[in-house]
Amino acid sequence: MNPRTLFDKLWDAHVVVPETPDTPAVLYVDLHLVHEVTSPQAFDELRGRGLAVRRPDRTLATLDHSTPTLPPGPDGQRPYASAEARAQVAQLEANCRAFDIELHGWDSAERGIVHVIGPELGATQPGMTIVCGDSHTSTHGAFGALAFGIGTTEVGHVLATQCLLQRKPKTLAIHVDGALPPGVGAKDLVLHVIGRIGVDGGTGHVIEYRGAAIEALSMEERMTVCNMSIEAGARAGLIAPDEITFTWLKGRPRVPQGEAWECAVACWRALASDAGATYDREIRIDAREVRPTVTYGTHPGMAIALDAPVPAPRNAPEARALAYMRAEAGRPMRGMPVDVVFVGSCTNSRLPDLREAAAVLRGRRVASSVRMLVVPGSEAVRRAAEAEGLHDVFHAAGAEWRVPGCSMCIAMNGDLAQPGQLVVSTSNRNFEGRQGKGARTVLASPATAAASAVAGFVADAREVLAEVAA
Amino acid sequence: MKPITRLHSRTAVLPDENIDTDRIIPARFLTTTTRNGLGKLCFHDWRYLPDGADNPAFPLNRTEAHGCSILVAGRNFGCGSSREHAPWALLDFGLRAVLCSEIADIFRSNALKNGLLALVIDAPAHRWLLDHPGIELAIDVAGEFVELPDGGRIGFALEPFARHCLLHGVDQLGFLLGQSQAIAHYEQTHPEAA
Repeated sequence: MNPRTLFDKLWDAHVVVPETPDTPAVLYVDLHLVHEVTSPQAFDELRGRGLAVRRPDRTLATLDHSTPTLPPGPDGQRPYASAEARAQVAQLEANCRAFDIELHGWDSAERGIVHVIGPELGATQPGMTIVCGDSHTSTHGAFGALAFGIGTTEVGHVLATQCLLQRKPKTLAIHVDGALPPGVGAKDLVLHVIGRIGVDGGTGHVIEYRGAAIEALSMEERMTVCNMSIEAGARAGLIAPDEITFTWLKGRPRVPQGEAWECAVACWRALASDAGATYDREIRIDAREVRPTVTYGTHPGMAIALDAPVPAPRNAPEARALAYMRAEAGRPMRGMPVDVVFVGSCTNSRLPDLREAAAVLRGRRVASSVRMLVVPGSEAVRRAAEAEGLHDVFHAAGAEWRVPGCSMCIAMNGDLAQPGQLVVSTSNRNFEGRQGKGARTVLASPATAAASAVAGFVADAREVLAEVAA
Repeated sequence: MKPITRLHSRTAVLPDENIDTDRIIPARFLTTTTRNGLGKLCFHDWRYLPDGADNPAFPLNRTEAHGCSILVAGRNFGCGSSREHAPWALLDFGLRAVLCSEIADIFRSNALKNGLLALVIDAPAHRWLLDHPGIELAIDVAGEFVELPDGGRIGFALEPFARHCLLHGVDQLGFLLGQSQAIAHYEQTHPEAA
């Protein structure tokens, strides 16, 4: 057999009916993740046609997008942003009851952001196909699973048939050679990559991240990288599973146990791209060149090192983006005054992300001009963070420690910035108005976000940490 | 979905590149549980001034853009989220086609499943259309071309199954349900899918 890429192997193993010139492949879905925002119309479609969910056992739901991150008030009521948001959550609860789907709702100790709990539960496994009505489903590719976002019509397709109609996408290998410098992390790397290839550089492709710098990343860092694949337009991001993957997954509730585990690992080891396998495109990045990176414009491709001068706009839209951000060509983003700092989202809300932010905040205070929100990705992350006292660090620094959810990443639950405010955010999108109408977003790593909270302006964590040591 | 064979309209133009799904419909409106009535929210924060009045700087608010059902948009239209609310909003707003030199994958897939013609054309033709708003076009789905007033043609390639579904109003879920034997066979022969 010809050498195959990781993607080829995942694709081939899930073809139910091969594609023809006239029809796309029917592709089997191993795991369907569901949340309250993109599913109600799909359940209605099933109801309208009198259809059942084909595989409730392969469907897993959670509440994350529209949910408040403040606890219930004295009356026991959760502070939803609107009656509509409350009704949307109630509708998913009712749909999961009616269609016999496991829901990690308010009463679950495992509730959290869909792309945080899938891996935590071990529901996300190498070799799987995973879909969700959410573009950041690419996160799960960190485990060597083919994972991508779908629309609500397709959510209905998967609920009813456990399959999707798909044309085989192209492949893009991104080789990251060398090692990241100290104080530079996965978020810096992926922002650097998107800055290089552009916000549409991955359109039509599935990215496989490869090379020494990728192999050295922890699972949480790999999730950060794969999460942002969609921000380069790619459908999915992939990293070959290895010992780091297996160690991370072992013993989690949904992974095979005992002998079945050994057997699964043996299969998963064979998923890596074969020597000599070819990609439609290949790009090389030198990890040694990556510095703490932030965005300066209104899409994630407008990213530069935080101490590098903002590039002169090349066209009217770029000029408009700079004007919106109040960024000045020729000056670095470092030093720009900050109003709000957000640490959270499916990109950066896992325990190591919170530790990274806490390491900067320990013994320091959030600047009086800054409001800082720290929102753990899941109840499990919240428990683990509180067990090691991270919440005390955040409280002592003057930051707000919230209940898990998507929060200010998508800003549809009432957590948002005011018009004109500048937010340094560990989330994934800096589109105009993404974090509130007129709000300006600078995407950054947890370390950069925390350092900026302390400084009151966009700051380099390495410098903030050095200051007190001196 | 109703069959779509041909579409005539003048064009409206939004030349910005990378018009993302948050601009098409801001996330705070996604608490809806229906797909109807989203047209009034389409391009909301661009289209209206803070006091709720029409923003005169928004190109689709201009009189000459009224009634246009073909949008020519800057490169990489629909980037960002997977929200199908974006094509639902555009359709309810009155648009039936988006022409662009590059369209984000998930948006394009969602649009075509709802009968919104998300069509990729080559960069020179795209440039020309961006520079000529208000031109009368006819889109021929079967022939895969856009006809200009002078009879000139701009080709586009639709994925054959998407084209078939548009032309015949095929229900894709119905098609997939028709594969249930093959799906059951797959589940039986793949222990990990059992």
